[in-house]
Amino acid sequence: MTISIDPQKTSNESLQPKGWLRYFSFSLDHKVIGIQYLVCGFLFYLIGGTLASAIRIELASPMSDFMPRDVYNQVLTLHGTIMIFLWIVPVVNGAFGNYLIPFYVGARDMAFPRLNAVAFWLIPPSGLMLVASYFVEGAAQAGWTAYPPLSITTPQSGQIIWILSVLLLGGSSIFGGINFIATIIKLRRPGLKLMQLPMYCWAMLGTSLLVVLSTPVLAGTLILLSFDIIANTGFFNPVLGGNVVVYQHLFWFYSHPAVYIMVLPAFGLVSEILPVHARKPLFGYTTMVFSIMGIVVLGLVVWAHHMFTSGTPPWMRLFFTIATAFIAVPTGIKFFNWVATLWGGKISINSAMLFSCGFIINFVFGGITGVALAQVPFDIHVHDTYFVVAHFHYIVYGGTVFIIFSSIYHWFPKVTGKMLNEKLGILHFIITFIGFNLCFAPQHWLGLNGMPRRVAEYDPQFQFVNQISSLGALLMAISTIPFLINVFLSVRNGKDAGDNPWNALTPEWLTSSPPPVENWEGEAPLVEEPYGYGKKISEQK
Amino acid sequence: MLNKNIYLILIISLVFAISFWIGLNVNLLPAEASINAPIYDELFKILFIIGLIIFIGMTIAVIYSLFKFRKRNDQIGDGIALEGNLSLEIVWTIIPSIIVLLIGLYSYNIYDRMGGMKELNHNHEMMSSNTEKIWAGISQSSDNEIAINNLSIEVSAMQFAFLFNYPKGNFISGELHVPVDQKVSMKMESKDVIHAFWVPEFRIKQDIIPGQPTILNFTPTKVGKYPIICAELCGPYHGGMRASIIVEEESDYNAWFNKNKKPEVNL
Repeated sequence: MTISIDPQKTSNESLQPKGWLRYFSFSLDHKVIGIQYLVCGFLFYLIGGTLASAIRIELASPMSDFMPRDVYNQVLTLHGTIMIFLWIVPVVNGAFGNYLIPFYVGARDMAFPRLNAVAFWLIPPSGLMLVASYFVEGAAQAGWTAYPPLSITTPQSGQIIWILSVLLLGGSSIFGGINFIATIIKLRRPGLKLMQLPMYCWAMLGTSLLVVLSTPVLAGTLILLSFDIIANTGFFNPVLGGNVVVYQHLFWFYSHPAVYIMVLPAFGLVSEILPVHARKPLFGYTTMVFSIMGIVVLGLVVWAHHMFTSGTPPWMRLFFTIATAFIAVPTGIKFFNWVATLWGGKISINSAMLFSCGFIINFVFGGITGVALAQVPFDIHVHDTYFVVAHFHYIVYGGTVFIIFSSIYHWFPKVTGKMLNEKLGILHFIITFIGFNLCFAPQHWLGLNGMPRRVAEYDPQFQFVNQISSLGALLMAISTIPFLINVFLSVRNGKDAGDNPWNALTPEWLTSSPPPVENWEGEAPLVEEPYGYGKKISEQK
Repeated sequence: MLNKNIYLILIISLVFAISFWIGLNVNLLPAEASINAPIYDELFKILFIIGLIIFIGMTIAVIYSLFKFRKRNDQIGDGIALEGNLSLEIVWTIIPSIIVLLIGLYSYNIYDRMGGMKELNHNHEMMSSNTEKIWAGISQSSDNEIAINNLSIEVSAMQFAFLFNYPKGNFISGELHVPVDQKVSMKMESKDVIHAFWVPEFRIKQDIIPGQPTILNFTPTKVGKYPIICAELCGPYHGGMRASIIVEEESDYNAWFNKNKKPEVNL
């Protein structure tokens, strides 16, 4: 590639607004775009969380009494779609990726700043369109998986808007993926070797490969589905000779890697956070890199484990069991390495550290139920039940969302120059951790004992456990209050952070807080040992 | 003198003991009412125990590190500059690989015992009358030979009900009646969207797919009434899409069958 970016032209344009207004502009600064992703994602998180609360209110009683049944299905469809495509994927990839990757490779911006801005600005309109589809003829109501023929037979406008919205978000994701790959491979500062990059770069490289390889498959699938809906084609419509199981294969060919698109960046972020607060080098850097790439390769060949009870022939069930279970090996390596990173450190017990440790505990639990679910005979009983709901919330909420919060506590001083309040942060962690486990741990039992997922009504015998779960959801909703208070108070009146409050060694801390437009006043520093704790006395006091 | 290793061995044994005790004594599953259920529960117990050992072990390691290695107020500087340990990495690559492989082989064995690996198209009586290829489902027969008095039922699912056709008796029922301890073979097809047939007490589930028949075989072992639950989102009343399976003594079943039987095809 011969394109070189002249930072003077891309990020220093005189037309760019200054101050807070730049967050509402078509800014080309990767740091502004990162914050745009984060704040936009968090607003959608609040919408998705409101929908989750509505689900838990409905499920506090066995009868379908809080909202009409078709509205309930719209709520659960939008909850899943918003949380995945508008909160977790944009935030762990777009927000932190855009903010951190140029620092980590020693660049002044991303490889393609305009594409970057386009990728972000696709998100708010498609998100708003998705939410607004409720007011047309009702939103999509076939679940976030949109399995035909249900998605073909439910009201068309909602489903078509859903498809358009997911296509735009998928496009945004692909643009972002291309940008990250180009930036990490081509924009590294001279002298910086691949194996010296902070782990988050490797995580983003792996994730972006998955995005670029698998998202186009989802896009093609959804376009075919939209033909079935509006043009009466028969790709997936059994009445016209279509095959509904083919859709599931194509859908999960993207949507299982999507799980790794949501967790691999979190693995990268926690690898940045733990060494800083434990004051120790990241344990086993090389194996961590190989395990990320192992997860990427295996992640592409496990999709049919979502289909063990649909039309999968026996041999396929066996193959996908083994492939899925083996993902536990590289994933396990990463967890052992993180615990080994903590071991023998000088650990500061702060909000960032607590959320990261909460992540380890929750994710190990979700990983164990994941290995169990990979076993065909086990899965046949619990597939499409609350056991699965509990499992994937342990992965995406207990895992990734905990890391999003951990990262906010860790990088807030860099972005704003102010510290977040630690007492409020620890309170936030305690309520979130208790609320989360109270909400989702009991759901394992519900699934094992006969409660299917995506239902608005259930047997009265499950009421008590469902109410415990709803109580946990209430705590989770409450937990955002200390967090929001903390952010709003600290951004105005927080303690000054200085440039490097954690004495961290990764490159983003070797500039002022908040960083200047082009990241460094002079040359980008060459950081050969981003985790060299204990080796030399940190320069900063 | 007690050294660190003895404490470590003690803690590990304790974790194992606690996990085994919980795994063997805490029952998280509903009643067992088919041949598959005890086989499933055996797998569940093993996975539960292994999972508990790993989960409790990791949780203890994290919490212990947070306490033991927390930064005291008077401390400055960094922890030890330990960047890795190749033999540890090899250990925690190989041991989990072996565990995962053993679990995989064991669950394959369980699945085989459930009849999941049997050839689907030789297993079904109804094949003679219908030449469609059955390409998905769970055979779940407990023996190699197909029982002669194998009860065959055709299941059709639609929004939001199950219908059970008894071809030998020329009648359709909304309730599934089956005799205890006899193998039941079901061929299932959907009239509209995807549904699923799930009986938690039997530990079986199979999607019912429009345009593609699936089969499901099972042998109930306990007299009683159990719920049949649709497990695949099928529309607004998905949560209400239920039926019952009534497992009864053969004489009761025959009485019910003869009462409903229609001598001629007049459907």
